[in-house]
Amino acid sequence: MKLGVLFSGGKDSTLALHLAAEKEEVTCLITLVSKNPESYMFHTPNIKITSLQANALGLPLVSVETEGRKEEELVDLERSISDAKSKFNLEGIVTGAVESVYQASRVQRICNRLNLWSFNPLWKRDQRKLLETIVEKKFRVIISGVFAYPLDEKWLGKQIDTEIVERLVELQGQYSISPSGEGGEIETTVLDAPLFKKRIEVAESNIDWQGNCGLFRIKQARLVPK
Amino acid sequence: MILVVDMNWKQDSLAYYEFVSPIISVILTLRDCEVKHYLEIKPADLSDCSKIILSGTSLKDQATLKQTEKFQWIRTFDKPLLGICAGMQTIGLVFGESLKRCLQVGMAEVKTLKENPLFQGKFNAYGLHNYSVASSKTFEILAESTKCIQAIKHKQRSIYGVLFHPEVRNPEILKQFIRIEK
Repeated sequence: MKLGVLFSGGKDSTLALHLAAEKEEVTCLITLVSKNPESYMFHTPNIKITSLQANALGLPLVSVETEGRKEEELVDLERSISDAKSKFNLEGIVTGAVESVYQASRVQRICNRLNLWSFNPLWKRDQRKLLETIVEKKFRVIISGVFAYPLDEKWLGKQIDTEIVERLVELQGQYSISPSGEGGEIETTVLDAPLFKKRIEVAESNIDWQGNCGLFRIKQARLVPK
Repeated sequence: MILVVDMNWKQDSLAYYEFVSPIISVILTLRDCEVKHYLEIKPADLSDCSKIILSGTSLKDQATLKQTEKFQWIRTFDKPLLGICAGMQTIGLVFGESLKRCLQVGMAEVKTLKENPLFQGKFNAYGLHNYSVASSKTFEILAESTKCIQAIKHKQRSIYGVLFHPEVRNPEILKQFIRIEK
């Protein structure tokens, strides 16, 4: 079955891509570049790095800009999925949804209208286990956004490893933070993963901290041999 | 041991993670379980288990609805059985009921119509279905939404069907089924 993956460049959509590629044929990535940093549907930090990630994966990328207004962005999503379906003869769509009925059901409805299968291979996955899987499978994932107390700027740019997983799980106990960022507490960017033919090296970055949230902005990055 | 029947269109499918794994996670908080795809069920599987849960499937997946001959064992199975979504639709077809078109994707209010051991009152549940059971002679209707029948129980036996997916937002309903003795 030919599948397109809704791809944000973060850990969830990249892990979903890997699980899909073990079972079916992934033929393209689909990215919505939201102009709204508070998009209801789409991951925004470093979204433009998805073109480099697609190169690293050797997969074509369908990238569509959206204003990111609630519900209107779904029209743009449907258009991008419909375009990708025609161009790559897609039979289904994969998302990295874990807990969000809001996100998953909207993609399900679009797929139903377009006569496509919809797959959510991370659905209801234990968040600690999800993070541990990423570490075990040697994904190189950095924290590219933090949006909840007590996460501070020291977390930005950190690679998710066993120690970071432990600390995030501890914060779940103390502050009810979702360790994998399901409540929007953290955003991530994947620099390397098993299916990447090359890895991404960050050449220039800065930290943009405002109030109690911040972003690790990748200004320049390049592909280097693994 | 509880047997979970994978109702997806093929063995080892990508949909397993979405429709079978979450059920296993809930069961393992209380009991052991084993998973078999519907095409590989053997008589020994039916005799070795204490109860069975039939999983749901993707919205586009109607494989089990077209292969009800693979589920004739349900007619004589005498232990508790719960069908979720496509599982409920399949149970209905096995007992000669018809399905009616009823698309739902997302959360909806479910209203209990008849006292039962799984749930009570009104609650919100996640649905992902194209069809429901149209009406029933063999089953009691336990619950409904504004659109269609949401839960059924065989009039004589411990065979249940829920159209919504309890593993998503109502794991306690799944646990209640696991606790049923007969």
